[in-house]
Amino acid sequence: MDTRDRFMKLLPWISTPVMLALSLGVWTFLVRVVGVSEFILPAPRAVAESLGALLIDPEIWGHVRITLTEVLAGFAIALLLGVVGGAVLGRLPWLEVAVRPALVAAQVIPKVALIPLFVIWFGFGITSKVVVACILAFFPILLNVLLGVRSVDRGYRDVMRGLGASRWATFRDLELPSTLPHVFAGMEVAIVFSVIGAIVGEYLGGNEGLGYLVVVSLNALDSSKLFAVILLLATMGSVLFFAINGVKRFVIPWHESVTGRDIG
Amino acid sequence: MESQRLLDSQEQASAADPRDARVEARNDDSAGAAARPELELLAVDKTFQTRQGSTEALSDINLSVDRGEFISLLGRSGCGKTTLLRILAGLIAPTEGEVRVGDRSLWHGANRDSEALSKFGLVFQDPNLFPWFSIEDNIALPLKLRGVAKKARRARAEELCDLLGLSGFERSYPRELSGGMRQRAAIARALSYDPRILLMDEPFGALDAMTRDKMNLELQSISITTGATVVFVTHSITEAVFLADRVVLLSPRPGRIRSVVPVTFERPRALESESDSSFQEVVRTLRHELDEEGV
Repeated sequence: MDTRDRFMKLLPWISTPVMLALSLGVWTFLVRVVGVSEFILPAPRAVAESLGALLIDPEIWGHVRITLTEVLAGFAIALLLGVVGGAVLGRLPWLEVAVRPALVAAQVIPKVALIPLFVIWFGFGITSKVVVACILAFFPILLNVLLGVRSVDRGYRDVMRGLGASRWATFRDLELPSTLPHVFAGMEVAIVFSVIGAIVGEYLGGNEGLGYLVVVSLNALDSSKLFAVILLLATMGSVLFFAINGVKRFVIPWHESVTGRDIG
Repeated sequence: MESQRLLDSQEQASAADPRDARVEARNDDSAGAAARPELELLAVDKTFQTRQGSTEALSDINLSVDRGEFISLLGRSGCGKTTLLRILAGLIAPTEGEVRVGDRSLWHGANRDSEALSKFGLVFQDPNLFPWFSIEDNIALPLKLRGVAKKARRARAEELCDLLGLSGFERSYPRELSGGMRQRAAIARALSYDPRILLMDEPFGALDAMTRDKMNLELQSISITTGATVVFVTHSITEAVFLADRVVLLSPRPGRIRSVVPVTFERPRALESESDSSFQEVVRTLRHELDEEGV
C-alpha cells in the first residue's frame, strides 16, 4: 500500500515529461517526415528561435506587464465583489431568490460577445480589458462562495450553537474556514477565466498586451512568432494558476483538495 | 424480584416533586433529602411544522434528572429521542413546556440562558470535529470560545488526550484518525470545560460492537470520576441498561415516556455483567415493553 502510494505520487513527475517528449516527437515528425508546411506548423526549432528573439526584445515585457495588470486587476475586483456578493446572497435567501433570474441570465449570456460594447464604453485602453476579465472571473467566484456559505455542515453548526458561541466566533471558527475551500475552488476557475477575458479583449481592440501581439503576428503571417506568443500566454496562465494553488495549499492545508486522497 | 436485591446505597435521592410522579413512580423507594434536580423537563411538547401540516414529535414529556445520575433514553428510531435530547441541550426550543437546568429556566423567550448552557457538554452521533483544526484545537475549542489562553488550552487538551487514549495525535487532523478515536476526541471536547451535564446522542452508534463496548466502559469511568450527570440516547437495549441508573423508554408518534426502569447494579459494572441473569432480566423487561408497542 505504501509503495503504491509513493508510486502514485511520483507518477505525474514521470508521465508529464514523457508526454511532453512525445508531443515534441509527433510535432517534429509532422514537420520533417510528413512535410506539413512551415506556415501551418513551424518546426520546434523555429518556434524556439522566435521565442528566444521575443524574450530578449525589451518591448515584450511591456506587453506582458499590460496583460498581467489587466488579468490581476480584473481578478482582484471580481474576487472582492464575488466574495462579498456570495456571502450576502448566502445569508439572505430572499435576496438570492429575487436576483436568481438575473443571475442565470447573466450567466448564460456569452459574455465575450459583449466585449465590443465594453470597447465602446470604456475605450481601447486597459479599462475595457479589466472589465472583461473581471466579469468572466466574477461568476465562478460568486457561485462558489454562495454554495460555500450555504453548505456549512449542520452538525458543526450544532456544535457551535450548543457551546453558545457568539456570532463572531461562529464566523471565525466555523463559517470562514468552512467556506474557504469553496472560495479557492472559485478562484482557481476565475484566474483562468480572467486570463481568457484579458486576451480576448486585447484581440478585439487596443495596441498593447500579449493578445495584441498575437493579432500582430497573425497579420504578419509570422506563425513561429504566433506560436511563441501563445507559449508565453500559456506560461503566464499556468504561473497564475499555480500561484493561486500554492496560496490554497498554504491557507487550507487540511482540505481534501490539498491532501489528496481521503485516509481511512 | 431479583433486581430488588441489587438496590444499593448509591441510589440517587429522588426529588419528591409531584409533577414527576409518573417518572418517579418506579423509583419512589429511595428516601432522603429532596435536592433540586439538575435537569427538568416540565410538560414539554414539540410540534414540527412540515409541508404536510404539523407533526407532533413529543407529547407531555415530564422528566427530572438528579445530579450525578445517568439516564439512558431508549426507543426505536423516530420515537423522538434525538428531538428530546436537542430540546434538553437547547438546540431547539420546545413548543410547549419548560426546560429547567438547576434553578434556572433554559429559555428566556427566544434566548437561551448562557449560564445554564455552559453546564452542558454535547456529544453527537457524528463526531463533528472541525476538519480545519488539529485534534488538540478541536478538543480545546470550547475553551477558546471561553477566552482561555492558548497555553492553558493546550495543557488541558493534552491532559484529555491522555485520559482518552489520544496521546500522540494532538497535532493530527481528524481525518487521520479512526472512527473510534474521532468519537473519543469529540467526548474530550465535550469534557474540556468540565461540564456538569453530558448530553449524548447515540455517540457510539456508528462504531463496531467491540469498540462500542470499550467506549461504554470508558464512558462509565468518566461518569464516575467526573461525577457528571449524563443523558444518553441510544437504541441499543444492552447499552442503555449497562450504562444507566434509569432507563427512560420512549414510544413513538407522538414521542411519549412509556416507562422508566431503574437499573441498580453496583458500579463500576464490568462487561461480563451483561450476561448475568439479573441484567438479562432488565433487558427482557425492556424488550418486552418495546415489542408490546408494536411497529
